[in-house]
Amino acid sequence: MPIANYLYLAAILFTIGAVGVIVRRNAIVVFMCIELMLNAANLAFVTFARINGNLEGQVVAFFTMVVAACEVVVGLAIIVTIYRSRRSASVDDASLLKR
Amino acid sequence: MQISENLVWFIALPLFSSAILLLVGKRANSWGHIAATTVSASTFVIGVIEFFAMQARPEENRAVVQKLFTWISVGSFNVDASLLLDQLSICFVLLITGVGTLIHIYSISYMSHDLDRRRFFAYLNLFIASMLLLVLGDSYLNLYVGWEGVGLASYLLIGFWNQKPAYATAAKKAFVANRVGDVGLSLAIMIAFATFGDVTFSGIKEQTDAASTAQLTAIGLMLLLAACGKSAQFPLQSWLGDAMAGPTPVSALIHAATMVTAGVYLITRSSFIFDEAPIAQLMVLIVGAVTLLFGAIIGTAKDDIKKALAASTMSQIGYMILATGLGPIGYAFAIMHLLTHGFFKASMFLGAGSVMHGMKDEVNMRKYGGIGKFMPITAITFGLGYLAIIGVPPFAGFYSKDKIIETAFNAGGIKGIALGIATLLGAAITAFYMTRVVILTFFGNERWGHKDEPHESPALMLIPIALLSIGSVASGYLLSRGKSLVNWLEPVVNPLKEHHAEELFSHTTVSLMTISVVIIGVSIAVRKYRGDQSDTAPEKVSKLTIAARKDLFQDSLNEAAFMRPGQSLIQKLLNIDHLVIDGAVRSVGVVSISAGSKLRSLQNGYVRSYALMMVIGVLSLIAVIWVVTA
Repeated sequence: MPIANYLYLAAILFTIGAVGVIVRRNAIVVFMCIELMLNAANLAFVTFARINGNLEGQVVAFFTMVVAACEVVVGLAIIVTIYRSRRSASVDDASLLKR
Repeated sequence: MQISENLVWFIALPLFSSAILLLVGKRANSWGHIAATTVSASTFVIGVIEFFAMQARPEENRAVVQKLFTWISVGSFNVDASLLLDQLSICFVLLITGVGTLIHIYSISYMSHDLDRRRFFAYLNLFIASMLLLVLGDSYLNLYVGWEGVGLASYLLIGFWNQKPAYATAAKKAFVANRVGDVGLSLAIMIAFATFGDVTFSGIKEQTDAASTAQLTAIGLMLLLAACGKSAQFPLQSWLGDAMAGPTPVSALIHAATMVTAGVYLITRSSFIFDEAPIAQLMVLIVGAVTLLFGAIIGTAKDDIKKALAASTMSQIGYMILATGLGPIGYAFAIMHLLTHGFFKASMFLGAGSVMHGMKDEVNMRKYGGIGKFMPITAITFGLGYLAIIGVPPFAGFYSKDKIIETAFNAGGIKGIALGIATLLGAAITAFYMTRVVILTFFGNERWGHKDEPHESPALMLIPIALLSIGSVASGYLLSRGKSLVNWLEPVVNPLKEHHAEELFSHTTVSLMTISVVIIGVSIAVRKYRGDQSDTAPEKVSKLTIAARKDLFQDSLNEAAFMRPGQSLIQKLLNIDHLVIDGAVRSVGVVSISAGSKLRSLQNGYVRSYALMMVIGVLSLIAVIWVVTA
């Protein structure tokens, strides 16, 4: 199997994630889509590491996972707090920063 | 050139005293006038010492200089603040400090009822300091500092009683008219610097050969404009009459004896420029001749005693300016007339002040009459000044004015005849209006319309007047005896270029002509004003009298030609400022605000739209990179 297929898969996963972020209202789903985009990037990193025959891409993938884990902790906490105060997990309802 | 260390005291002492009096404030009320008078007297003493020291030195070594500090040093351009005391400046120093001290003494009594006497003396000291800087500066730039200083002092003193709006306006008028002249002086300095690269008198004097006549003419005309402003010469003379709003000692010191003669000093000091610029010199002559007639005509119609004397000052300075225009031979005579005029005009102004003091500050001569028997000393001293100004031998004015008339007649050709006739006519009118002043004030019926008799002024006022009138009797003879002043000034005014045209009239002929026109003038005035006079000015008078009462329409002309167009120009500029400048600034604001309110709608608070924008941004960035690299 040609190695480029991994890259195509990563691109598809990223696109799905991006479209999900844009079109979905539920904060949890949006959050999952962001994770999907991060993992698509990770997949691309690992693939490039394989193509180039070194370890740098794999190292970056580990970093990304750590950052993503932290992000999940903070993000879920925010979402839960918003849900508690507003009884809704819709990102459109939390638009207080508009004029 | 000798170096001296003493010159700085001429300026430092009065300047320091003025600053002290102004800064210490009310606490100095009890001793301020004494301090100011002492300082003024000590500058006079220094002046006398310097004069005798100068006289003891050989002629080529008489001038002394003192460098105070380097004022401006930019590349090759260097201006030192340094003082120069030569034969010309010492004349002025003695006049300023001598007459100045007498007037300080007079003011102690004259201003004794004024709550602000200390401030008055502070300004007088400021004036003395500035005027001495003006005559002692060794370059045009140093002179300019003094020139502005006396303008400031004059403004402050004219408007000394500025609680009266009319007086404050008079001060402003004097200041504005002087500014016009000051612009001339600053332009002259700029042209001189562009031409010679130097602003010192000695530096420019050495280089006059290198400059073209056109450049010298330009400098000369600008200097003449400056002189016209400061010396109240046509066409900038209108401020002097209103300047009489100031206290009388100020009129005597600043607006008769010293400051208004600064223009004569300036032209005499710049003799090396005017001698090489015939057109400028001709303009000087014209200005002098016009002003001496102008002032004399105005003087005939004024009922305010101070304004009549002011018109006379204008006219006499016209004589001096005319004399300076006559070239090397005239400068010494101009200075001689300046010195004698300083004595007799100051004495007459102080006499007028004494009359006002006795008459409850009444200035209208129509309300005087018969004061002579109540104020005999004032009347006698005024009379001596009167005889001096109309030029009766052997009083001072005879020597100085005759010389000018004679030199004018002998200037050669039609010019000489025209100038001679103008000066002779001026002498006749002077005799007429001064006789009128004397008769209306001291003789005739008593017209003051209240029972209080006028009283003679205190001794503190009479002593300075008496000393000045001694000067107005003797100074002419002393200065002209053996050509003493002419020889004294010779090294400064460059008479080497003097050329003798054939004489039109001899000295005796001119004297006889002058005396006869003076007698004619006096007798006309006596015929007209002898007997009882009304206490109001006659209504039915000739057109010329009406014009003279209105200063020959100079104010109306200024108003129509300069003030109104100037104001409308300023209004237009103001509109442009509002529309264009402010408009540009405001429209920047308007654009920013409207752009902001448009862009604000992008910040709608919806996370998803932000995300969409980020995606679009990233995609377009990728597209750009792709296009550029491919």
